[in-house]
Amino acid sequence: MTIWEILIFSIVKILIVVTVMLLTVSYLVYFERRISAWAQNRLGPNRVGWEGVLQPFADVLKLLLKEDIVPEQSNKAIHSLAPIIALFVAFTTYAVIPFGPDVMIFGFRVPLVVADINMGILYVLALTSLGVYAITFAGWSSGSKYSLLGGIRSSAQMISYEISMGFSVAGVLLVAESLRPEAIVQSQAGWMWNAIIQPVGFITFVVSAFAETNRLPFDLPEAEPELVGGYHTEYSSMKFAGFFLAEYANMIIASAMIVTLYLGGWHFPYLESFGLSPTLYVIISVLTFMAKVAALLFFFIWVRWSLPRFRYDQLMNLGWKVMFPLSLLNLVWVAALIMIFKL
Amino acid sequence: MAVKKRYKDLTLLQRIYIPEIVKGLSLTMKNMFKPKFTMRYPEEKFIPPASYRGRPVLVQETNGEERCVACGLCARVCPALAIEVQAGETEREKERYPEKFEINMLRCIFCGLCEEVCPEEAIVMSKDYELAFSSRGDAIYGKDKLLTPVIQLQDRIEFLRSYK
Repeated sequence: MTIWEILIFSIVKILIVVTVMLLTVSYLVYFERRISAWAQNRLGPNRVGWEGVLQPFADVLKLLLKEDIVPEQSNKAIHSLAPIIALFVAFTTYAVIPFGPDVMIFGFRVPLVVADINMGILYVLALTSLGVYAITFAGWSSGSKYSLLGGIRSSAQMISYEISMGFSVAGVLLVAESLRPEAIVQSQAGWMWNAIIQPVGFITFVVSAFAETNRLPFDLPEAEPELVGGYHTEYSSMKFAGFFLAEYANMIIASAMIVTLYLGGWHFPYLESFGLSPTLYVIISVLTFMAKVAALLFFFIWVRWSLPRFRYDQLMNLGWKVMFPLSLLNLVWVAALIMIFKL
Repeated sequence: MAVKKRYKDLTLLQRIYIPEIVKGLSLTMKNMFKPKFTMRYPEEKFIPPASYRGRPVLVQETNGEERCVACGLCARVCPALAIEVQAGETEREKERYPEKFEINMLRCIFCGLCEEVCPEEAIVMSKDYELAFSSRGDAIYGKDKLLTPVIQLQDRIEFLRSYK
């Protein structure tokens, strides 16, 4: 492939991924509201369009038309930089996650991933940690004590959970012997899912992912009863929408990461042995990936509307005294498995 | 100092969290498939019980006349001063009738005192709860809006007779 062909394919892939991401994010908000309503024996938004399917567009339009209030006490430059960082992190992380096998288009072999880089997992870990800056900046620059407390909490929380997250990922890397997301997916063909090989690592990773995305049992940075809105108390209009979008985009990334690392990525178990045509194979693989991500997203929402919030000391206890040792234990377990069974 | 064992101390199974989390999740999952309480309001309307105090109305007999004799007790008892009555004379058996009977629905507090005090059972609380006006003038309901055939108010009148 020449440089131009690579460029064109990349741009097309980026456009597709970003559009799908934005649509999924807006509908995720809608489904969050519907599912929360169902769990509480309510109906949820069902007025705009058929059963409320146009609700996301109404929400965005409302946020666009709102007045953008910047508090007098705030540090204006950083105040507007924070949501940009949040969005940047949320949308760039997705670049390395493969959503299907290689396809043949016009005689070119195109991998279904925006950027097939050989240290993709490191890239994801680095960028998700960068997300802390968005929240800390937002909290600090707002010039409000609630925002500041929210920002401090979130940085403490993210740093402590990043450790157990990193160690859980190390278990996966031991099995795959590569940092390339493609290779990790390939290593889980059939039923060799990492969730089955290393259930403890799977649990610690999922719990850390919840903490990283600030979702409900761990949403201390924006705990309403104590901190009003947390770090985004002083945000309004599209800046607030930026944080809102980033939160849901992070949820999608967390789900996609869990699928890639632990649930076999786009693999439908033993699909190769069914003898399907290559096109059908690719379509089913991509659909499998989407279904897995959708199931996990539902799980995220479901957990949010079932479990109460952790207290701050409980959160730190869980992070340092439970999740961290468990993820280390998982690493030992995987190493032992490799020693014994030569996985 | 020995730590006293409290009743609230969790068992090991509870401290692992996961069984408890599964319990909580299954509860919300069960609730997702239960019938919903929400009413789809404009399409599906709430029908209040007889004890409901909605918009006060004047009872209209089957022959088209009002029951009200314009004694003015309701206007006197009304704590919000929402009712205005002006009496007039007629040749009919009852001799008096309200020439003008107005209720200001912006003032009415739906206390039901007018209904309680009425000696003729002429003013009762209906089941109408959809009260929206576009101007202050519209909020003053005259006799044209207040008079309601007695058949529609049977429910409330029976309720009043059994509990008053």
